[in-house]
Amino acid sequence: MIGLEHYLAVAATLFVIGIFGLFLNRKNVIILLMSIELILLAVNINLVAFSSFLNDLTGQVFTLFVLTVAAAEAAIGLAILVCFFRNRGTIAVEDVNNMKG
Amino acid sequence: METIILFAPMVGALICGFGWKFIGEQAAMYTATGLLFLSALLSWVVFLGFDGVTQNIQILRWIESGSLSTSWGIRLDRLTAIMLIVVTTISALVHLYSFGYMDHDPQWREGEVFKPRFFAYLSFFTFAMLMLVTADNLVQMFFGWEGVGVASYLLIGFYYRKPSANAAAIKAFVVNRVGDFGFALGIFALFFLTDSVSFDVIFQSGPELAATQLTFLWRDWNAAELVAFLLFIGAMGKSAQLFLHTWLPDAMEGPTPVSALIHAATMVTAGVFLVCRMSPIMEFAPNAMTFVTFIGASTAFFAATVGLVQTDIKRVIAYSTCSQLGYMFVAAGVGVYSVAMFHLLTHAFFKAMLFLGAGSVIHAMHHEQDMRNFGGLRHKIPLTFGAMMIGTLAITGVGIPLTHIGFAGFLSKDAVIESAWAGTNSVSGYAFWMLVIAAAMTSFYSWRLMFLTFYGTPRGDQHTHDHAHESPRAMLIPLGVLAVGSVFAGMVFYGPFFGDHDRVNRFFGIPHHAEASAEGHNGDGHTEQAATGHGEAGQGVASEAQVVLAAASNGGDGHGSDTAQDAASKAKDGQAAAAAFGPVAYGAIYMAPDNHVMDDAHHAPKWVKVSPFIAMALGFGLSWLMYIRRPDLPGKVAAANWPLYQFLLNKWYFDEIYDFLFIRPARALGRLLWKYGDGATIDGGINGLAMGIIPFLTRLAGRAQSGYLFHYAFAMVLGIAALITLMTLTGGAE
Repeated sequence: MIGLEHYLAVAATLFVIGIFGLFLNRKNVIILLMSIELILLAVNINLVAFSSFLNDLTGQVFTLFVLTVAAAEAAIGLAILVCFFRNRGTIAVEDVNNMKG
Repeated sequence: METIILFAPMVGALICGFGWKFIGEQAAMYTATGLLFLSALLSWVVFLGFDGVTQNIQILRWIESGSLSTSWGIRLDRLTAIMLIVVTTISALVHLYSFGYMDHDPQWREGEVFKPRFFAYLSFFTFAMLMLVTADNLVQMFFGWEGVGVASYLLIGFYYRKPSANAAAIKAFVVNRVGDFGFALGIFALFFLTDSVSFDVIFQSGPELAATQLTFLWRDWNAAELVAFLLFIGAMGKSAQLFLHTWLPDAMEGPTPVSALIHAATMVTAGVFLVCRMSPIMEFAPNAMTFVTFIGASTAFFAATVGLVQTDIKRVIAYSTCSQLGYMFVAAGVGVYSVAMFHLLTHAFFKAMLFLGAGSVIHAMHHEQDMRNFGGLRHKIPLTFGAMMIGTLAITGVGIPLTHIGFAGFLSKDAVIESAWAGTNSVSGYAFWMLVIAAAMTSFYSWRLMFLTFYGTPRGDQHTHDHAHESPRAMLIPLGVLAVGSVFAGMVFYGPFFGDHDRVNRFFGIPHHAEASAEGHNGDGHTEQAATGHGEAGQGVASEAQVVLAAASNGGDGHGSDTAQDAASKAKDGQAAAAAFGPVAYGAIYMAPDNHVMDDAHHAPKWVKVSPFIAMALGFGLSWLMYIRRPDLPGKVAAANWPLYQFLLNKWYFDEIYDFLFIRPARALGRLLWKYGDGATIDGGINGLAMGIIPFLTRLAGRAQSGYLFHYAFAMVLGIAALITLMTLTGGAE
């Protein structure tokens, strides 16, 4: 029987993968965007799992909102990426350190 | 009328100081002077019409804080009336004199406006002094006291382009602060002990204070002694008594009218006035009074010795002032306050006269002040010579021995010396001899001044002598008025100030001792009679009790029994106090019932009465011998007694000693604090922080900014992990 714990374990795994994707990735900004999506998905799974577990629809409604925001964010992120590539000719994360103090 | 006297000078100062741009220079000066003359006129009206009964005139309430209740008020009694005429008369004459003296001053360039400022300062000074003498409580008096200090600072430093004038002004201010510190402590002590700063309350508390012990500076003191001593410290500063006198001679840096007004006639007398004003306390402090006598006598002697050798005409007169103030303190110290006031009054006339005369000489000689460069001036400036001669006759005390006919100083100085002889405290013998010796020296240096200035052959710059000219009328009229005062003030006022006991008591509004003690014996039974019989003067603790009793009976119907009982218990307390100490009956001044010094002084032996005259004659003879008959003698005497001469010329090395004892250590301490305290610690600390540690931290923080996104993301994750751990461990979410 698949219980709450399994969902949570999957979500946690996805979250950690997303996190590591964020700061182990040195090459590609697109991977950063994907990692963020992964983190958001992990959260969504948590929300849906608890919603079902507690018989409360609020969590699922909230998930839909999160998906919407994630879609918008992905669109804007990709647009920024395109601009960035036009300006710099590269999307390697290693080369982006304009804010160095 | 009293209010007009008090505030006319202030209005004058404001109009003259701030308004001269609108109404013009001349108009401003005339306004200030006119208001002063109005004030002087009204003062004489008040003085002559005064009946000896103390009046309190409320102007407004000033400070109400807890049990401290202070009002602006005028306490008009004989003492105030005397000071009113002294201050306003001299001040008005000095205003007039300044028209001539300040007309062309080499200190200022063409077109610079300085006269309205000078007149405004003079008027402001007069206002502060009037505030001091009319005060009906100690706080108001302190206001006047400090106002006088400020005014003297402004006036001494009036020639602000001269570094020496600025230094003298600061010196006067600082030395006065030392005295003021004592005065302030005295006020605090009185407020602490009596819970009031009002004279009416304080004067009643004399006997209680004498029976109270007070811990101060780690040991017990008699409260009355301590208070009297502290107040006298204040008086010492203002009146330039020994150890705090150093500012007075230096104050001669100011223009001469200032010297006449402030440093001769009025401001320096504030200390004497204070001691006389506080006589109901002073009478209960025999040790403090002994100290007063000692300091007064020593000052009289010290200042006279220094005056012997000074060559600056104004400095001679300045030391003479210092010496005469010593006389006044001796009189007050032996308990004859009326004589102190008498000498104050006559001294104001002839000292103002001498200063204004000296100013006239200086004016004639184009601001030359060294007597060695004068000589033979009596034909050039005969009117000034005449005035100075009268002033000198007055200060040296010329008169017919054993009668009451003589110049002002003759009567008042003799009165002081006889009082010193009759004094009962342990140093009065010392005081008597010091004063007689000082009288001889006074005569010597005063005549020396006259002989060097007006007799002999012209010395110094021939050109200046050729152009020596008599002063304008504005300067001669004040001299004439003061001359009248110097001649007649003594004879006219001898009776009221030092005549027989009853007359003095009547003049000062003092209830008779027999009556006063009868009141004490009969206690509360006759208080009503006493209160009506003597008016304000007979007011005592018992009569206060009477008032409270009356209040109790009135309050019974209005406010219920609480008030009545409260008042009744207060009345009982009052009666108890009255029974314990007897009511203190005081007028303008208070003399204890066992104070017979004045009567004894009247019965002094003939040799005592004649001694000041003999001393004066000796001084005159010696002076004549040295400066007229044998002009070569002074140089020889000085050469023969070179160390003594140097000692006197350098004013007993007081300035040098103070320089060594106080100024240099203070300066060294200041330098230390400046270099190491301020420079190294505070500046160094801030600089170290701003230029050392902060950039270091900045560099450290800057290195953390790698600019790589994943570093920031990592930091955020770490932060979130830490926060969640913390919340979990502490259960913070609950």
